[in-house]
Formats: sequence, structure tokens, C-alpha cells
Amino acid sequence: MTAFALTPDISFGAFRVWQRNRDATLRNWKTEFLGIAVEPFAIILALGLALGQFVELDSGEKYVEFLAPGLLALFPMFAATFECAWGSYVRLEMQGTYESIIATPISVDDVITGEILWGTTRALVNGTYILIVASILNPWLHMVDSPWAILAVPVGVLPGLLFSSISICFASIARAMSHFAYFFNLVINPLFWFGGAFFPFDAMPRWVQILGWFMPLKHVVDIYRGLVTGNLEYSMLGSLLWLAVVTAFFYVLAVKLMRRRLIH
Amino acid sequence: MAGSLRPGAERIQAPERTHPVTSALIEARGLVKHYGDFVAVDDISFHIQEGECFGVLGPNGAGKTTTIRMITATSPVTAGHLEVAGLDVAEEPRKVKAVLGVVPQDDNLDPDLLVRQNLEVYARYFGLRRDEVRQRIDEALKLFQLDDRADSNVDDLSGGMQRRLTIARALVNNPQVLILDEPTTGLDPQARHLVWQQLRLLKSRGVTMLLTTHYMEEATHLCDRLVIMHRGKILVEGRPHDLIAEVAGPQVLELRLPPPERDALLAEFPQGDGVAVEQVEDLTYVFGGGNASAMAAERVGDPHRAHLRPGNMEDVFLLLTGRGLLN
Repeated sequence: MTAFALTPDISFGAFRVWQRNRDATLRNWKTEFLGIAVEPFAIILALGLALGQFVELDSGEKYVEFLAPGLLALFPMFAATFECAWGSYVRLEMQGTYESIIATPISVDDVITGEILWGTTRALVNGTYILIVASILNPWLHMVDSPWAILAVPVGVLPGLLFSSISICFASIARAMSHFAYFFNLVINPLFWFGGAFFPFDAMPRWVQILGWFMPLKHVVDIYRGLVTGNLEYSMLGSLLWLAVVTAFFYVLAVKLMRRRLIH
Repeated sequence: MAGSLRPGAERIQAPERTHPVTSALIEARGLVKHYGDFVAVDDISFHIQEGECFGVLGPNGAGKTTTIRMITATSPVTAGHLEVAGLDVAEEPRKVKAVLGVVPQDDNLDPDLLVRQNLEVYARYFGLRRDEVRQRIDEALKLFQLDDRADSNVDDLSGGMQRRLTIARALVNNPQVLILDEPTTGLDPQARHLVWQQLRLLKSRGVTMLLTTHYMEEATHLCDRLVIMHRGKILVEGRPHDLIAEVAGPQVLELRLPPPERDALLAEFPQGDGVAVEQVEDLTYVFGGGNASAMAAERVGDPHRAHLRPGNMEDVFLLLTGRGLLN
């Protein structure tokens, strides 16, 4: 039966869903933009500059410089996660938006793909903005050392897809808004603090490093660190592959779980 | 029709048809839906002709919404055959959904978009270009008396307006069949009458409609033909007034009497003469009583305690689903 086909049933309809989200977001663009605009400054000031005064790194770089790739990874992760966890749940459960869309020629797989593409778009906008801010502040803070950093924008597609997919998976099994406390406290918060954005993993005990390997954010931060500093390494390709495989897994899982939720 | 030539179709007994098959826009044969052990829809067959308003009447939980969900390809069919506009729903869900206009039970308008945007974005889901549908959207807003609210937030509309916008939205792709799942549930009487008026207008323009409702009055009002569903089965099919005449009879006697007095009165009725009695809470209904009913009403002499009135669709439903006391 078509509804339970093994491969995703995707059409141009996914783009229609993306367009819907774009239009809905642009209606409130001022509020949306304000959130994005102010976000990175707080963390650059509080952690990079204020806390950074007390931090001495083995590598000799300033803490705010160390922090830059982490910020490039963290804020897009949050953008994708909020969009596809809360946002998708609201559209799924509160607003019946998915139900209204799948009554048209658009399939569940289209809807989920469109949602994930939109979450990815938001992550890209966010990441690009942070890169621009960091570049503008570069004469003073030296957060971006290499022109390779521009590659962080296209590479950002992968974590965008990944965190959007993981979030959709959770939205598809959540039964109440309050369930998102589990997701944010047990999944996103540990990723935030222990994803390698705030401290160098190399200085940690071996078991923490092993644990870190399973953290998607660590791979993102590793890639960005290479691009921002210009120290390109082959391990970055490994990280890319790791991300691609895990992204594919969660994307397919998201589609399956949402089919189960919507088609019954 | 292509579907009946498909291998495997021959094992399903085709129902007797009174109309040529080619004009059926929706055709269900032996349709079954299970949720685990629960049988939501239990072997139903019906067909809907072009231009007619077909009603599915039944209480909550009768299987109406499940039937609609199967037609709109959002619930897989467990068994049986279901075709929309000659297309197998299981095989061509996208094409089927392209020719349907769906008004769901709960309004699911897009609150993130303005009234007009709701229609434009919905049209885009069908792959229709904005300039293609601009005129259609203008007309729909006017028809449903929403043209002065085109730039409003959806949340600022009244319940009746939201319902009308949902119906307008379902028409944006110029559907071959408009499917309405309990279109007036939750509306106040005024808003309900406005929706009815607009549905009659659509009907007069030749729009084919499938309507579910648990309001008997609504079904009588709007439907050319209907089925009554109960516990997943179709109990009866026919034209509303035919069903009322055949099942409930022209006159119904309503009694609100203490049991001894009631029984004494019922004893006066001729036995085994097609008289049916139904008890619902403190109210007794006597169907097919003929002259005896008129005489009984006269004898009691109090319209609050014994009331003779014309039969209606509610009586049909009661008779088909209830447990008779007599007969």
C-alpha cells in the first residue's frame, strides 16, 4: 500500500510546504528577525569576553576565538530544533496544519520533507548571520581566521537536516506540549553543553572523548573549527560522512514515525 | 469502469445498481476498516452520482469519519474496493485527493496565515498558480460573505465565518466532489442556516457533495439520498422523504405517561398490525398506529402528554437502531 511504502514518496509538494512555512514566517518577520539578531551577541559578550578573561587554553588562542565554531554550530542547531520540535508539534497537533495539507495531493512524506527543509533553511539563515557577525567583529575579536570559513554555510545543510529530522521524530511521538521538556532537557541540553562547543574535547578523559564521538554536535564543531581556523584535516571528511549517515537514518525515521501518526 | 476489470475484483459481489456505473463519482464496494480488533467500518457499499448530495447519517462512532478518511486517502482501506472518479484510492492517492474538496470536522484553517492567504496557499498545495485562482478566490470570498475579511487573522473570525472559509478553501481546486464531515456541528442556529443556504446554492450549481452529519434535520434538508450508519454498518439507504414515509410512517404519537397509564393506552392498539413502539428515557414513541394513534391522542387530550406529529428522520433512525417494545 502506498501509505506504507518503504521509500519516501516525495514530490514538488515538499516545496509547497516549505513555501507555506516561509510565508507564515515572513508575516512576523520583525519578531523573527529580532530573535535571530540579538542572540549571538549575548553569548559572545557573556562567555567569549567576560568568562573568556579567566580562561587560558593550551593552544594559546583566546577563549572567544575558541568559541566561534561552537557558536556557528549551536545557534543553527537551536533554530532547526525549535522549528521542527515545537513548531512542528504545534502544526501537527494544535493547528491541524498537517491534516489540512495531506487532504490535498501532498503526501505525508512531502509534508515532513518540507518541514525538515524549512528547519534547515532557518539553520542556514542563522548560521550565515553568525558568520557575518563574526566576520564584522573580526578586526577586534579574531573569531574567523580563514576564508575556508565560508564553507561553513553549505556544510551547515547537513546539521540543519539532522537536527530538524531528530526534532520531527520527537514531535511525532510527543503526546503533549509538556513532553518537550524531556527532549530539550535530555537531548538538546546535553548536546548544547557537552557537544564540544565550550571546551576542548582533547583535554577530557578518554571515556568522555569516546562519548563525544556519538554526539552529532561534536562532529559539526570539529568541521567548523577546521574551516574557521584553516587547519583542514582528513578527519573532517570522516565527520561529514558520520553526519550524512546519521542524518539519513533520522530522516527516514522521521518520515516513518509521522506516517504512523497521520495515516491510520 | 476500469476498477471492475482489475484482477481480484470479481471475488467481490457487486451490489445491485440502479444507475449506470460510469456516472458514479465515488463507489465503495464491501468497504471494511479495522483498527486492531475494532471494526470501525463493516462491509459497506454505496455509490455517489454526479451532481447529487449524498448523506451519511449516524451517531458519533458510527464510522462516518473513518469512511471519509478512507475516501480522502488518509486512512488505508482494510478490505474492499474504493474508487473516486474512476481512480483506485489505494493506488492513486494523489490523483484522488486532487479531485476532492475536503471540509474536515474540526476547522483546521492555517492561523499563521491571513484569510486570503489561507486560500492562496491551499491552492498552491494543488499546484495551482496564483493568477490561475485569483478570480476563483475572489468569487469564493464573495460567495461566502468573507470579502471584507480577506486581510483578517483567521483567529479573529467567528465560528460560522471559519466554517465558511473552510468550505471556500475546499472549493479552491474546483473539486469534482465536495466532502463535508459534519459541516455544521458546533455552530449556532443562525450560522448553521447560513451554511445550509450556501450548500444549497452549491448544489444548485451542480456541485456533487458527500455530507456526514448526526443532525437528522440537516440530512433531510440537504440530501437527495442518504444512508444511515450504525456501528460500522449501513442500515438503510434511500431518499429522505421516502425513508420517513416507509419506515416511520406519516404520523408518530409521542407519549409522556407513567408506565401503567401508558400500557393501558397501548393495549387499545390493534395487535400485530405494523405498530412499533420505542421507549427513549421517559418518552414513548408509537409508529404506524394510524387511526388508533389519533384516537389515543384525543383521549389523553393533553399535547404535553400525548402528541401526534408527522414522522421525521429521527424516527427512522430510532426505529432502525432501537429495541422495540411491541411488534
